Amino acid sequence: MSQQKTKRGEIDLPVRLKDSKRQKTGVYFRKKVGWLFIIVSIIAITIFNFYPMVQAFLLSFQSGMGANLEYVGFDNWRRLFGDPTFIAALTNTSIYLLIQVPLMIVLALFFSVLLNDPNLKFRGFFRIAIFLPCVTSLVAYSVIFKYLFGVDGIINLFLLNFGIISEAINFLADPVWAKVVIILAITWRWTGYNMIFYLAALQNVDKSIYEAARMDGANAIQQFFQITVPMLKPIILFTSITSTIGTLQIFDEVVNITNGGPGNATLSISQYIYNLSFEYTPDFGYASTVSYVIVILVIILSIIQFRVAGEKK
Amino acid sequence: MKNLKRIFIYTFLSLAAIVSIFPFLWMLVSITNKSVDVTQGRLLPGTHLIENMKTLFATVDIVPALMNSAIIAIISTILTLLFASLAGYGFEIHRSRGKDIVFTVLLLSMMIPFAAIMVPLYRMFGSISETAPLIGIDSLGAVILPTATTAFFIFFFRQNTKMFPKDLVEAGRIDGLSELGVFFRVYMPTMKTTYAAAAIISFMNSWNNYLWPLVILQSPEKRTIPLLISNLGSSYSPDYGVIMSAIVIATLPTALVFFLMQKHFVAGMMGSVKG
Repeated sequence: MSQQKTKRGEIDLPVRLKDSKRQKTGVYFRKKVGWLFIIVSIIAITIFNFYPMVQAFLLSFQSGMGANLEYVGFDNWRRLFGDPTFIAALTNTSIYLLIQVPLMIVLALFFSVLLNDPNLKFRGFFRIAIFLPCVTSLVAYSVIFKYLFGVDGIINLFLLNFGIISEAINFLADPVWAKVVIILAITWRWTGYNMIFYLAALQNVDKSIYEAARMDGANAIQQFFQITVPMLKPIILFTSITSTIGTLQIFDEVVNITNGGPGNATLSISQYIYNLSFEYTPDFGYASTVSYVIVILVIILSIIQFRVAGEKK
Repeated sequence: MKNLKRIFIYTFLSLAAIVSIFPFLWMLVSITNKSVDVTQGRLLPGTHLIENMKTLFATVDIVPALMNSAIIAIISTILTLLFASLAGYGFEIHRSRGKDIVFTVLLLSMMIPFAAIMVPLYRMFGSISETAPLIGIDSLGAVILPTATTAFFIFFFRQNTKMFPKDLVEAGRIDGLSELGVFFRVYMPTMKTTYAAAAIISFMNSWNNYLWPLVILQSPEKRTIPLLISNLGSSYSPDYGVIMSAIVIATLPTALVFFLMQKHFVAGMMGSVKG
């Protein structure tokens, strides 16, 4: 596409093609050099991602305190199913995932379609406003959400003043409300981020398709489901996979809004892994076993998402 | 009917904008108010700003934390830009089947949850702490290294390189530039926008990183900004005005970086979505 921009006249191609022997060694050399460009990244990603993955797998068959580990076979894996804290963490994380990811993706899609309309006034303002939450750090906004939803927080004050509730709700001490706050928080932080991807993709959609659909009498909702969604399918797949992976790993928000409480009502799998490794008596083996549950979930859910996206063709 | 739809759209968007902006406004107003006023829900600017800042700098080690975060974010961004762009360029310009396979394998690392490799990484850095304290446990180097090049940024650069006019590579070679020379003298200057976008994302990621520094850093003087804020947030008798000031100061760099380079950011995102 942008190749057209180059000034072909400036390049004297035939000169290079004359000496075919030199060219051959040149090509061979270039092939080798190509590997040099990527070698640092290959080494780094192997050391810092793939090697630890293998290590974690081996660790999941070991147990013991701190550095004194010994192989215990499938003991850790068996322990998982009878561990109420793990079950709680898995349940909580699944709830976050099942409610938050669809909610956020639908919202982001709506925003992007509305904000793609060139006739919309204050379009730039709305875009920036909705994207703004993305510039905050997870910890910073979590602390703010914690205060907003505190017993004497501003949300309670607001609801009381408008007579919506008669008594302050202790959001963060209630097992259900605490989860709701965390879901709201993640949605607040990430909707704008996903919206940008959809907005970018919408720029590539040919406007005449919509015109043709309008001529055929399709209304806005039909256009949305029959043109926009199918056109954006690859991006929707991309964002749902990245969001799924992100929400499965949720840590910062839970630690800083509720610290897993009340009880273990908001504890996430990542926080449990952290606790097992660094808060309780360290059991790296069992922590690694729990962490592999996230790995397995990521793989299964990604395959499902690929399948679903593929079938709708 | 059409008007009704319009009213609905504008109400919906305005509500969303208010919800998005409100925490920021509240945060900005709160740094000018006393702690008591913040808890009473005061939404008007007060006169306590200087007082809050004074207390913050007197009671909280925010300057060292800012320094640590800045060092980590800047070094890790520079390394990411260099290594990831080299790789993205290498994969796209020096294309071969072998490299395509390697690329696919590298992409798989994006699927690896950090929690799954956190413990082995911690042990790995622990085992080299004695011999190489600069990159061992409780060192800024250990925070930086795992983020120095990631599959995401390699992917990002490769996608954007698809738009790079490949004739320029030939032109550079004919002008007698070495392969690396082409990269540094032709590719880098042409791809400024992509570098800017990657820089924003990388800087934000590493400035805001929480879990890995929490694991690997131990001594209080090595604390980064997110660790500091998390600590403040969990204190028993919080001074809201002061905590909000710390949060605002911590958010300013990423917000500034983002707004100064917003255009590049969106352009870069688009580049990675295309093709």
